[in-house]
Amino acid sequence: MSIRERMSGNEAMAVAMKQINPDVVAAFPITPSTEVPQYFSTYVADGVVDTEFVAVESEHSAMSACVGAQAAGARAMTATSANGLALMWEVLYIAAASRLPIVMACVNRTLSGPLNIHNDHSDSMGARDSGWIQLYSENNQEAYDNMLMAHRIGEHPDVVLPVMVCQDGFITSHAIENIELLEDDKVKAFVGEYKPEMYLLDKENPIAVGPLDHFTHCFEHKRQQAQAMMNAKKVILEVSEEFYKLTGRKYELFEEYNTDGADVAIVVLNSTAGTAKYVADQYKAQGKKVAVIKPRVFRPFPVDEIAVALSKYKAIAIMDKADSFNAAGGPLFTDVTSAMYAKGVLSPKVINYIYGIGGRDVKSNDIEKVVEKLFEISGTGKVDEVYNYLGVRE
Amino acid sequence: MSKKELKDVAIDVNWKDITPGGAIPYAGNAHLYKTGDWRSMKPVWIEEKCKQCLLCYPVCPDTSILVNEEGKRVDFDYDHCKGCGVCVKVCPFKAIDFVEEGK
Repeated sequence: MSIRERMSGNEAMAVAMKQINPDVVAAFPITPSTEVPQYFSTYVADGVVDTEFVAVESEHSAMSACVGAQAAGARAMTATSANGLALMWEVLYIAAASRLPIVMACVNRTLSGPLNIHNDHSDSMGARDSGWIQLYSENNQEAYDNMLMAHRIGEHPDVVLPVMVCQDGFITSHAIENIELLEDDKVKAFVGEYKPEMYLLDKENPIAVGPLDHFTHCFEHKRQQAQAMMNAKKVILEVSEEFYKLTGRKYELFEEYNTDGADVAIVVLNSTAGTAKYVADQYKAQGKKVAVIKPRVFRPFPVDEIAVALSKYKAIAIMDKADSFNAAGGPLFTDVTSAMYAKGVLSPKVINYIYGIGGRDVKSNDIEKVVEKLFEISGTGKVDEVYNYLGVRE
Repeated sequence: MSKKELKDVAIDVNWKDITPGGAIPYAGNAHLYKTGDWRSMKPVWIEEKCKQCLLCYPVCPDTSILVNEEGKRVDFDYDHCKGCGVCVKVCPFKAIDFVEEGK
């Protein structure tokens, strides 16, 4: 029997970390993720975990401490947001390239500037090419579940990559909702022991980590790293299937909601998917069909699967809670449309909305505007503007 | 991937066999990485001027001055000498010439 509880998204992530009981947690507080290490440090103080908690002086040091710990053979975790993630930047790449399956709770917040503590995805979207696996979470339940699956995915011998679990700052990180927790012993059995192939404290088999790697070998290492990310897709599905058998909660590369008979679809990450589903339900009650596609796995990007899933719609709106400042749409839009083109899926009309920047509230009537535009495009077959901003004062 | 299959810094290792993350699982393999082709200036040992004082030996940053079993220096290890010229400067007997590479 699972445990019915109510807690915030941050506490859910911290509880997952408590149940995982990692060897090392190194973290520096930053809004809105502060509560994650805060809750966790109370578990350390209360002696309910065996973790070495490293209270570092910056996020650069937090990620560096995680790299050192994980290279030594420990299971290391951290949590951060926004500029904390930005300060980790160079070390994120080193963690991934050194093949260290660190797990991070990333509580999405807009990246300064202007200075703003509220939610959008500009922090984790900036790290999308750092070599980390990225899982996105609609609510506290998904944030908890993704955290429990993260080590199994990252530590798998075919993968060996760090994993970032994202949820929306304040919107879900601070909202208290119902949740189903697993019992500690079930989590322990599911997550298992960390058994690295090579680690620094293995005195029988000494290794050097992070040596100079010039043009003679660097490309081979990067190619191998790229393969690990390709392999991750299958592993994510396998781990998710095992998790489904344990909990009854099904996770795939992306969620497809209300797809039957729908001509139009909204592709959207994290908490706004919840709003979009609510709007889809309202339309359904009026006999109109709107599908919602919610990517859970953004890295690796499910190119083939998402292109095939989107091929049946006439009009699609891809929602980005981060601008790329490339004058050509947000990161989700460019990845989805390039996936569709590569797969030869050319018939749907696709538009982009940048929305919710800096924590701008996204309400059901905002999503309705998107739906109405999609119905218009679906009816006329004409797109007047591909790149759009939703909810900004004109 | 088992330990046995791990490859070290072999120059022809492919991406499937290369050690994950650039880790090096064996000690003492730096000699496999030949740095001699970085050299633009080349030290030349003039054996007849050399008094075997060995002042050059400890200053070489790359252990490219080879010493035989009798404790006598012999010719340079040009596979690894980067041509920094410290040995040229330190030699009290002008027994090391310093010439442009390729001349």
